[in-house]
Amino acid sequence: MDSLLAILIDGLVYSSWLFIIAVGLTLIYGVMKILNIAHGSLYSLGAYTAASLTGLWLSLGYAPMGSFLVMLLSAVLVGAVFGPIIERGLLRFMYGRDEIVLVLVTYALFLILEDVIKIVWGVNPYFLYQPYSLLGSFEILNLTYPNYNLLLCIVAIIIGLVLTWLLQKTKQGKILIAVIHDREMASAQGVHVGKVYFLTFTLGATLAALGGVLTAPMISVQPGIGAETIVLAFAVVVIGGLGSLPGAALAAIMVGLVRASAVHLVPDLDLFSVYLVMATVLIFRPKGLFVTQEQRKI
Amino acid sequence: MKDQTYTYITGAAIFLLFLGQVMPKWAVFLATVSLCYGTIVLGMILLVRNGLVSFGHGLYYCLGAYAAGTLRPFWGNSELLVMLAAAIFLTAAVAFILGFLLRKYRDIFFAMLSLAFSMILYGLLSKNAALGSTDGFNVYVDTILGVPLTDFEDPRYVIFGITILGAWISCMLMHRYLKSDKGKLAEAIRDNELRVEYLGANVSTIIHFNYVISAVLAGIGGALMAISIGHIDPEMSYWTTSGEFVFITILAGSGSVIAPFLGAFIFETIRSFAYEYSPNTWQMLLGITMLVVIVFLPNGLWSLFAKIHKKINQ
Repeated sequence: MDSLLAILIDGLVYSSWLFIIAVGLTLIYGVMKILNIAHGSLYSLGAYTAASLTGLWLSLGYAPMGSFLVMLLSAVLVGAVFGPIIERGLLRFMYGRDEIVLVLVTYALFLILEDVIKIVWGVNPYFLYQPYSLLGSFEILNLTYPNYNLLLCIVAIIIGLVLTWLLQKTKQGKILIAVIHDREMASAQGVHVGKVYFLTFTLGATLAALGGVLTAPMISVQPGIGAETIVLAFAVVVIGGLGSLPGAALAAIMVGLVRASAVHLVPDLDLFSVYLVMATVLIFRPKGLFVTQEQRKI
Repeated sequence: MKDQTYTYITGAAIFLLFLGQVMPKWAVFLATVSLCYGTIVLGMILLVRNGLVSFGHGLYYCLGAYAAGTLRPFWGNSELLVMLAAAIFLTAAVAFILGFLLRKYRDIFFAMLSLAFSMILYGLLSKNAALGSTDGFNVYVDTILGVPLTDFEDPRYVIFGITILGAWISCMLMHRYLKSDKGKLAEAIRDNELRVEYLGANVSTIIHFNYVISAVLAGIGGALMAISIGHIDPEMSYWTTSGEFVFITILAGSGSVIAPFLGAFIFETIRSFAYEYSPNTWQMLLGITMLVVIVFLPNGLWSLFAKIHKKINQ
């Protein structure tokens, strides 16, 4: 019973984390048709920035609770700086080329950013463990969990709800859906597609950075975390159907629960289980779970 | 104009064989690694001709290496030819099975699914204590065609020679295949799959066949690598390794069977010097090169050579 509960809680926490790191990726693909490998670098940039800025905040002796605000600011900072640079400086020259070429372009970008990180922060690990224990912990039966895990779940739910609301209830969201349906027609109706792409990419980059920021307190921030995370994010968005928001959510829950079960029951199959889910889903649904109609993505 | 590719390949192989006698050790090592990578990328360009980019060829690279490496600890056999045969057999078998699935996919779905399979192998190997987990293990060769390796004056040179031989055979056969009717269909499939179907060819079967060939080449490259370096680990199946192959493929272009070896040689040379002088900007260099190639030379470095060659002939 205890282990079942543990699997469930671990699984949901892990699912929330997966959703946070994958949602920006699926958003960008849905709108721009770019499978962004550099998402992994934006994730690490977020983690490093949070580790540095929050570390600075805490070492200056300001209120510890403020570190959450600094973390949020780090994510916005990374998104607002790197999103525009990448979209305006590189990607906009590539629109209209094959999807696979765009993957290669973002792969090149990933390689470049990985070294930018090494140049700025060096190769030694950074630690930001304080926020993890700051919120205290809760107990269920005999299991103790840090409240930070709860925070992850709440953030994931908020992101999911806000994005759904943005897309379905606001004018900007409706414009976005129009662009997804038919870029040229939307453009003919007076939609500034370039601006939509710009905003989408910046938002996606911010979400990637937020993923890194929220992960920083749970890991040692070091080179290679981006490469490790991006393939997990790929698995989630491909399972869910590229560009589908509910798909990403469902896929995150599936993968989260399967991996938590594997960790508890057969630890040797830990990483293996994630890709096994991916391969199995793709065998039966070649384009992922949530792509039934070609047009209504996101 | 007569096709002189066979002459070039053979000439280069013989030249390398002689060069190996006088080159310093590090240069022989560099050449060996380039030849292994070149053999793998040779298979990648076959897929690129079909319009497919695999982000998971590390799977076969790693499988080939492990097939060769596990023979001694598990079966007590370390004859070089058996090691190579095991690598070919295993990669062909796995690619044949996975091919039934992968041949239905194109574009990023092909790339992602092959990536998933390579990560599955990575996940399995890195947790397998009997195979050394993430540390991997050392690979030893005891005999070549029954002759103990210690009988040779310079075992390293012999292995270098065998690597050249492996690359040479792969290159010759691949060129022959690309010139054949079936081989030429690959590019037609990339241009328009539907029309190829109308003309009476079975696209899935061709892609499946090409996929198995490319996997076997990656397996041979992996086995040769394991034999020459003497160490293997699960990192060979990690997606960044496959990314290196993709990089060389894009850099070289799919214009000729010589291109992959040239690309691999450039890649390995830059890597050795970058590791020495500026280890933290090496990937950045790769990334920038890749962007430049994508923007200015969409058909790779080889298209540059082809252009120059054409000009000279005029």
